[in-house]
Amino acid sequence: MARAVKTQRKLINTAVAWAIGLVIFFPILWTILTSFKTEAQAIASPPIFLGFDWTLENYAIVQERSDYMRFLWNSVIIAGGSTLLGLIVAVPAAWSMAFVPSKRTKDILLWMLSTKMLPAVGVLYPIYLICIELGVLDNRVALVVILMLINLPIIVWMLYTYFREIPGEILEAARMDGATLKEELLYILTPMAIPGIASTMLLNFILAWNEAFWTLNLTAVDAAPLTAFIASYSSPEGLFFAKLSAASTMAIAPILILGWFSQKQLVRGLTFGAVK
Amino acid sequence: MTMKHVLGATTALTLGATAVFADSHAKTITIATVNNGDMIRMQGYTDNFTEATGINVEWVTLEENVLRQRVTTDITTKGGQFDIMTIGMYETPIWGSNGWLVPLNGLSAEYDVDDILPAMRGGLSHDGTLYAAPFYGESSMVMYRTDLMEKAGLEMPSDPTWQFIREAAAAMDDPENDINGICLRGKAGWGEGGAFITVTGNSFGARWFDEEWNAQFDQPQWKAALEFYVNLMNDYGPEGYATNGFNENLSLFQQGKCGMWIDATVAASFVTNPNDSTVADSVGFALAPNSEGVEKRANWLWAWALAIPAGTQQEAEAKQFIEWATSKDYIELVAENEGWANVPPGARTSLYENPEYIKVPFAQMTLDSINAADPTDPTVDPVPYVGIQFVAIPEFAGMATEVSQEFSAAYAGQQSVDEALEKAQAIANEVMEAAGYK
Repeated sequence: MARAVKTQRKLINTAVAWAIGLVIFFPILWTILTSFKTEAQAIASPPIFLGFDWTLENYAIVQERSDYMRFLWNSVIIAGGSTLLGLIVAVPAAWSMAFVPSKRTKDILLWMLSTKMLPAVGVLYPIYLICIELGVLDNRVALVVILMLINLPIIVWMLYTYFREIPGEILEAARMDGATLKEELLYILTPMAIPGIASTMLLNFILAWNEAFWTLNLTAVDAAPLTAFIASYSSPEGLFFAKLSAASTMAIAPILILGWFSQKQLVRGLTFGAVK
Repeated sequence: MTMKHVLGATTALTLGATAVFADSHAKTITIATVNNGDMIRMQGYTDNFTEATGINVEWVTLEENVLRQRVTTDITTKGGQFDIMTIGMYETPIWGSNGWLVPLNGLSAEYDVDDILPAMRGGLSHDGTLYAAPFYGESSMVMYRTDLMEKAGLEMPSDPTWQFIREAAAAMDDPENDINGICLRGKAGWGEGGAFITVTGNSFGARWFDEEWNAQFDQPQWKAALEFYVNLMNDYGPEGYATNGFNENLSLFQQGKCGMWIDATVAASFVTNPNDSTVADSVGFALAPNSEGVEKRANWLWAWALAIPAGTQQEAEAKQFIEWATSKDYIELVAENEGWANVPPGARTSLYENPEYIKVPFAQMTLDSINAADPTDPTVDPVPYVGIQFVAIPEFAGMATEVSQEFSAAYAGQQSVDEALEKAQAIANEVMEAAGYK
């Protein structure tokens, strides 16, 4: 009897989880489906779910009109660069906060997070003027630095949480054995925190990949990433939903694939320390 | 992997990649533009320009609102990211008067600047100086289903009144067959529903401000206009019209779900295109309506135009491109390759004198609609501003978006027409006072 109840509950849980998953994934699924429709089918009412003539025409048009590889490469550089640079700054910061906290550590952590609370547009003009002054408008390196700074609070917070789970005694033992600070960080702490670092990297890569405000406002031709690629297909006067969907699918495909293969790491990292 | 490796990899990745794409051309101009059909078509012909002049062209295509924010930031900070910007009739006189744009003086004789339609030229000038060249222009007009009109036993006059529009909407409305009598914009936003209700107001004798910049939403003309619109749409409009903009209505009309649609003349080429529209062969056109006894009609005037930001290093090349893109030759180039129905409309007088073009079903009505719109005299009572569906002052975009949000809330039934007008009055007066107009 008890087993029957357990199986039934499992079934219900699975069904509910699938239903929620489908609801969350539906907009992406719809975008992908729309990208294979003609413009007329894309706006058909009632909407057509699967019963349409699948076409690759939109992808061909998008490919012909835009240099997809250039946008993709820029996205990889900006998202990858800012994530790596962020880690280089954040690992030592999180280490000091986790293992040698001062009385202001908690305040600093909160203060860092508070910088995320200001709407980005509030500092658009100052940052734009700084970029003009330094001659780095429409420049990948500038975006790498800016996105790194924007995501730094999250990277530090995440790493801080992971590092706190690592017993300080292990690091102490390493020091007793004569490890220098650099050795302690590189050979003791980092290997133990690899799952946490990996999930932090992944999450930040995704955040930087999807960042649309700065990447649209600070780029023109040379540094424009996939967010600018999608924006170029959105039109207020004309129905180009199928092409827009094709462009969106091409823009999210790399990150979707990356997310799919690394989902275990991602989930493990995100729930790390949540249950004791 | 050591820290040195990580650092090295990051630096190499970022700096190396910068070098890969940093190929510099001696003469390259960068153009910021919108993703509209005519603009995209022009990008396809850019090679012709490059071949003729040796000047390379880089395009930055953005969604309209993103483009506005992007080019405004760049021009106010003198960022110098763009050599040409695609801007509209609202920005041009304001930016021109601020000294942000290069005056388009000294255009060549072959360009024939006098050929630009007077309404367009006037709207893109400040103090008689042209600051942007129209690539294509538009007004608004009635698009209606000729088959449904015939079935209803009515005949659309070429200059209908709102009262006739209501009568026709009632006759064509057929909920059982999923046909709405009329589809109109209700979506919040100064360029969406805000533009439409402003011209509707004009056609009922209303105005945004009196000559002392006092808001006029407390006047009976506004109440009459807004009440008429709400009643018409509640009775014969589509469900959820409060969130419908240009694209939503285009989609409804193309699928045969609207008896009438009053919107941009540029939509005519979409609804008559058999590839996209199920009603392509049964669309008629008429002037935008007026209320009985009011001489002003509900038609606007807009142009997407090319302008050169002050401070560009490539002024001569940019001017060369503008001359090419807005020339008679460009129109002929498109006509030759894609047919007359696909040339950019509404910019040049000579286009409407062309016997080939005038055969296009919506050509004459587009011209008549443009000619019926006068941005310097948009309302029945005098106003201190220029502009038909907008007020050409920098504060308008923000203020009108707020006002249109209040109106959209009334369309959605969240508040009454009186409440919406009361709030609109307060918003407009507050903004005018804060900005020192009164």
